[in-house]
Amino acid sequence: MRSRRFFVIGLLAALLIAGVGSYYASSHPDGLEFVAGETGFLDSADEPKTGDSPFADYQTSGVEDERLSGGLAGVVGVALVLVLAGGLAYAVRRRGSPDSSESTD
Amino acid sequence: MHVPDGFLDAPTSVVTGVVAAGGVAVALRKARGELDDRTAPMAGLVAAFIFAGQMINFPVGAGTSGHLLGGALAAVLVGPWTGALCLSVVLLVQALFMADGGVTALGTNITLMGLVGCFAGYAVFRLVAAVLPRRTSSVAPAAAVGALVSVPVAAAVFTLLFAIGGTAPVDTGAVLTAMLGWHTVIGVGEAVVTGLVVASVVAARPDLVHGARHLVETRELEIRKAATT
Repeated sequence: MRSRRFFVIGLLAALLIAGVGSYYASSHPDGLEFVAGETGFLDSADEPKTGDSPFADYQTSGVEDERLSGGLAGVVGVALVLVLAGGLAYAVRRRGSPDSSESTD
Repeated sequence: MHVPDGFLDAPTSVVTGVVAAGGVAVALRKARGELDDRTAPMAGLVAAFIFAGQMINFPVGAGTSGHLLGGALAAVLVGPWTGALCLSVVLLVQALFMADGGVTALGTNITLMGLVGCFAGYAVFRLVAAVLPRRTSSVAPAAAVGALVSVPVAAAVFTLLFAIGGTAPVDTGAVLTAMLGWHTVIGVGEAVVTGLVVASVVAARPDLVHGARHLVETRELEIRKAATT
């Protein structure tokens, strides 16, 4: 599979999962939250300091439709992570690859 | 497994913050050995995919759910140091923008899901890969076992931190039992997702999979001149 095709398919999968699939995710508490509730330390959690972020709790503030609101937050998150992690990886990588003399950037 | 602010006291959070910062600093240098022009985009894609995967909570019974942590997955696909960086970026974005995982607990979460998740998962992956036949079809099952083990290990490390710096007076034994029990079940989900994703990538582009690259290179060395008929 060509690299471009591979990355396009991978990115589409991530966007579909975050943008569409996330709506169907279980809303039960996760393992840690459940255990915290069960054993009695859930109340020691503070209110999140970033709770007023426009994408807090994976919902987009100001967007009424729940499906759209969650999907939008997911897509924005995927894009942010892709740019930050991809940029970081480009910054620390070894320049050029051993078997190619030209460096395309 | 995102730890919110408040579960752990300030001294413990400072220590995990220092551990996380140190780990990320070392990872920034070590990741250089894992990343080149060809694999750098893979790191971005893997981080983005893990962010997406972490949004999908799957039910594990009794009103509890789990989701992919992604440490073993990232470590096998892009290498453990790059994987730890990928998870750190995911956790940073989640804490700052999604209010998922506390800001003062960011060091704790990077330590648990980034460092412990990636390195426990990768260590078990390497152990299992060493006993399985040396071919690309062994990579996904080995990754799945690494994923399976990485989740309860991270849960155990959380319990250790809770025993040291938990703010609520709760019996550590009860927390450990519950954490290990649930996270072993969640680990099964982690193993299934990790195995399927690694198998797909190995099928499409084994040369881009850190944990399969040496097998691909070996195979390429064996290629002989095209048979002349």
